Amino acid sequence: MSFVSIEKITKVFPGGVRALDELDLEIKDGEFFALLGPSGCGKTTLLRTLGGLESSTSGTISFEGKDVTFLTPGARNIAMVFQDYALYPHMNVLENISYPLKVRKFSKEEIEKRVTQASEALSIQMLLDRKPGQISGGQQQRVAVARAMACTPSLYLFDEPLSNLDARLRLEARTFLKQLQRELGVTTILVTHDQSEALALADRMAVMDKGRIKQVGSPAEFFHKPANIFVASFIGSTPMNLLDGTVDNGKVSVGAMTFDVPAHAQGTARTGDKVVFGVRPEYVSLVSAPGFGIASGVVMVTENLGTHYLVTADCGGILVRGTAPDGSEPSMGETVHLKPEQGRVLLYNKTSEDLY
Amino acid sequence: MKLLGKEIQFQDKRRIDERTKVEKVSTFAFVLLAVSFFAIPLMWLVLAPFDSDPTFRIKWPNWGLGNFSEMAENPYAYRSLMNSAIFSAGSGLAVILVGAPASYVLSRIKFAGRDAFLYILLLFSSIVTGSAAMVPLFLLSLRLNLIDTYQGVVLVLTGGLIPAAIFILKDFTDSIPKSYEESAQIFGASSFRILKDVVTPIIRPGLAVIFVWSFVQAWGNFLAPFILIRDVNKQPAAVMMYSFYNDGGQAVFRTVAAFSLMYTIPVLAMYFYVNKKYGFRFYGGIKG
Repeated sequence: MSFVSIEKITKVFPGGVRALDELDLEIKDGEFFALLGPSGCGKTTLLRTLGGLESSTSGTISFEGKDVTFLTPGARNIAMVFQDYALYPHMNVLENISYPLKVRKFSKEEIEKRVTQASEALSIQMLLDRKPGQISGGQQQRVAVARAMACTPSLYLFDEPLSNLDARLRLEARTFLKQLQRELGVTTILVTHDQSEALALADRMAVMDKGRIKQVGSPAEFFHKPANIFVASFIGSTPMNLLDGTVDNGKVSVGAMTFDVPAHAQGTARTGDKVVFGVRPEYVSLVSAPGFGIASGVVMVTENLGTHYLVTADCGGILVRGTAPDGSEPSMGETVHLKPEQGRVLLYNKTSEDLY
Repeated sequence: MKLLGKEIQFQDKRRIDERTKVEKVSTFAFVLLAVSFFAIPLMWLVLAPFDSDPTFRIKWPNWGLGNFSEMAENPYAYRSLMNSAIFSAGSGLAVILVGAPASYVLSRIKFAGRDAFLYILLLFSSIVTGSAAMVPLFLLSLRLNLIDTYQGVVLVLTGGLIPAAIFILKDFTDSIPKSYEESAQIFGASSFRILKDVVTPIIRPGLAVIFVWSFVQAWGNFLAPFILIRDVNKQPAAVMMYSFYNDGGQAVFRTVAAFSLMYTIPVLAMYFYVNKKYGFRFYGGIKG
């Protein structure tokens, strides 16, 4: 069942910037959904439109089948956690958490019950009489989440809630957020520019670019089958090999090298097609001898990634990246033979930029 | 070479020492001159009220509080201080009531030429209470039957103060992250509620500063009440100060001295109060 459904949402800012361009999206009930994209791609605008802080130029948004496009933010029964947490500096933590409940005219007992519940769930009971300025960034984030939680909304909107935390704390907060979302089981939409955050947290995610959705799917789908060249180059901690080539009788020639056309493109990729041959460095390993479907070249750079090394080799003017296990990495200037793993190779049409 | 080098260094050092000495002495002399220029009139203000025989000169007083009882005998002296309080508090309140919402809107809503609008406003503010506008203001007040009324003076003073007040308050409001209001909006708070619960408490130091600033400006304003108030019972202290003469046209120093001190104290007290409570500053800068 889809919980949030977005149909042909367009947002044009005064001045002519098209932040959202006829965007369609379905988000399922109870799902942790991440919106990922480079800055300026419209992900935050989409979140703010869902929250009612921006009005869309055209299109409809519905929650649980109910049209909310023209509802005020307060009438949507949602909670939002902002990047800067938006905790009121003049109120202490207790007042901050209970403020939304006071606005919604809950009884004193109910407010007390909910504040206790939320603050216990986030273990911030001992901070209740402190001001936001007197607690750490991680604690501020917990208070912001507690404030959202106490409202028992039907949808959570998170606008880069982890980006203000330092690296170590961010990992902890990430695990904690995911756990909390599982326990609450409430549909959650997270905006982030950090792909590792999206891949780690989301049940499903969408990558956006220039106000459009480039791909929707599970994090695994994004990693293994990026739907187009944009997503392929955007996702992944090490940059994917994306090599220009042409199809020739069931083979792909990239410079002087030739590879088999991968299974998914057989029958659709025709002779003469301009293509982009893609494979993640993680799926390119070092072999001992040259041959068909193997790129041979001179090592230019090796980068230590902990358990393995990222090897960049110059194969006749084309840079190919592969990985070698720690301990058996080649040295610079050495000639290596790189073999992409069968079944991990992706072929994109150069003109449409889409996967075959 | 080394020895020579050292000698040169010593010479340099001595020269620098001499220069700094000259600099120090001349700086001290200048500061002393500047301080006395400002401090001597202040000493008169502190000493003369308690001197039973004050003159223009600064001298060790014949201590006594007689000046204050003499001032109390003047039927208009205390009354004028009360009038000043009414004018000043009225202007301060009016400036806040009009300026705060205006600055909020100007901070939150962007429109073409907003900054130009603000600067032009600021430019005109010095004209409203300036002498050039006094004739038209007098005529305007006359037509509106505002001559000899508290409201008339308060309106004119407020008109002169509002642009600068908006300008400063806008800066305070600008420093509040928009996310504060947006989060409240998502919680379902109305615009009025957000203004009351979120925005006002945060810019309260700014409001206090603007209130005191307006109060002080109105308290010291001579021209507007001098022209718009005919009734001696409604004259503020700034105007009354010029009426303490005897029949021979001589200044009554005993009253003037006591009155000057009484005239200064409220302003000083307010300044210290606000400075202690909020810190006197003309900028925002609340970080979340």
